[in-house]
Amino acid sequence: MIEHLPVLLVVLPIVGGAIPLAASLVSDRAGWPVATLTLVGQTGLAGLLAWTVSSSGTVSYAVGGFAAPYGIELVVDGLSAAVALLVAVISLGVLAYARKAGPHSGPFYGLYLLLVAGLTGMTVTGDVFNLYVFLEITGLAAYGLVASGRDASAAVAALKYLIIGTVGASLYLLGVGYLLAATGTLNMADLATKLGEMAAYDSTLVLTAFGLMVGGLTVKVALFPLHTWQPDAYANAPDTVSAFISALVSTVSAYALARLLFSVFTVDFLTAVPVARWALVGLACVSIVAGSALAVSQDSVQRMLAYSSVSQFGLVVAGFAIATPLAVVGATVHLLGHAVMKGGLFAATGVIERKTGATTVNGYAGMGSRVPVSAFAFAVLSLAMVGVPPAVGFVGKWYIVLGAVNAENWPVVAVLLASTLLTLAYFARLVERLYFAEATIHSKPDEAPVTDGSGQAVSFGMIAVVVIAAALAVVLTAAVPTLEHVLRETLIPVLNQ
Amino acid sequence: MFELLNSHYNYFAVMLLLGIGLYMLIESRNLVKKVIGMNIFQTGIFLFFITLAFRTGGNPPIIKEGGGPYVSPLPHVLILTAIVVGVSLTAVALALIIRIYTEYGTLDEDKLKQLYYD
Repeated sequence: MIEHLPVLLVVLPIVGGAIPLAASLVSDRAGWPVATLTLVGQTGLAGLLAWTVSSSGTVSYAVGGFAAPYGIELVVDGLSAAVALLVAVISLGVLAYARKAGPHSGPFYGLYLLLVAGLTGMTVTGDVFNLYVFLEITGLAAYGLVASGRDASAAVAALKYLIIGTVGASLYLLGVGYLLAATGTLNMADLATKLGEMAAYDSTLVLTAFGLMVGGLTVKVALFPLHTWQPDAYANAPDTVSAFISALVSTVSAYALARLLFSVFTVDFLTAVPVARWALVGLACVSIVAGSALAVSQDSVQRMLAYSSVSQFGLVVAGFAIATPLAVVGATVHLLGHAVMKGGLFAATGVIERKTGATTVNGYAGMGSRVPVSAFAFAVLSLAMVGVPPAVGFVGKWYIVLGAVNAENWPVVAVLLASTLLTLAYFARLVERLYFAEATIHSKPDEAPVTDGSGQAVSFGMIAVVVIAAALAVVLTAAVPTLEHVLRETLIPVLNQ
Repeated sequence: MFELLNSHYNYFAVMLLLGIGLYMLIESRNLVKKVIGMNIFQTGIFLFFITLAFRTGGNPPIIKEGGGPYVSPLPHVLILTAIVVGVSLTAVALALIIRIYTEYGTLDEDKLKQLYYD
């Protein structure tokens, strides 16, 4: 039983996801309880796996008993265990939000669990083609979820997401083809040894493969200028879905990018081909600056948060591309922290919109007194994202900057420090409106609060999710030393130092 | 040049399909044609994998049929999976297009943009 943990983590949500889909023929009410039960199990399994990895090291599993490199191998090390646990915990948390807010249908929960399966699969796989399959499962489920809103604009956003996302995944697949041509294998560990031996790092074949695979994944991560699907998808999807996919989909894609860098191409490749590293660092820096600039100019709060993701993922990718242990730990901490913070921020925008009807930066004026709890949580999460010290956003950025300083990569240090100011520029503006501006949206006490016409109420669970996310954004800092310890054990062999 | 074309015509076909597909995907204003372009682009990738597997004088990869060298069976299996993925993507895309058409009454990207941002 225990040795089958990695594969169970993928199988459980797929099986669980089929139940609400089948049950929806009879009733839509089975969806939520089944999803909750499945994800409680999923969280337990992910926790057990993380504990196994932290106590006895990397776990690998040959699917169907076919040994690697011929069969598909699942590999769980410190990094993937942490991401798998994050996926399970956040998807369980967002369910508490979905109970009241979400689309209430069986197929919705079916897709929801399918997305969890895809994300977990991307996390645990040790095979580049298997990663493509899970990337597409994740994509398909995400397109469906974005379109699950009642508004037809959600379908337009989902189609845009689908077309751009498919091109990204297809480019990745083409890159896999080049790697297969170069080495004849698809297993990540096997590729890592054969690249460089069978095909020189700076051969055209390997460089093309790197460009295509990294290019494809950066579409999914939504780095500038490949981010164009993201703001529409996040802003038009139902609130539950925005919170869920903004927290996890790009996060796991960025994890896959890191896996590709360290477990397939390895740091030796980055050292041997400095232009690859510079291209990636350059892309990340452009993304940081452009994402922030676009975020500042947005009027809609959800679109602002979406552009903020473009910028924050620039930070994460810069940390991975610098590839010193310190920077990689920082990038991982920021990756996990960003998931909690961004998911919480989107959940908070949903609560504030339902209670007051405010969706724009100007509309948020004076809301600090109207929705005190959610507004406070929103402010805490914003400041955590900026990187105010006790919060987890600070630790991640600090490590990335230290890593860049150690690598003596001064232009990157400058961009990283400037990015904090830019982040402050768009979040401070919002926090200032929340607390120090005259309200622009008024509703008289005897009137029902303005909602967008649908009269949706806010449940205790929705507010609890927002508050817990805000608390986690601060408390997670305490977990950083443990994470750092686990990561260092896994990363040191990978990073060759 | 002509010799290269003769010996590597399959790779030229791959590039042609990728190019046509990507061009259609970007340039066509009709949403259905965009999806067709996406399919052609993916077909280019499928052909690339299949053409990788070929080796001159290779036998079908079945042990019984008189010994090696065999063509590589792996890319065929991979593409079988990728085709399934492609079909599901097309299905989802068409479902979304039907929804968009019933709501906005147009498949033209430019007209849709006007309606969408109003």
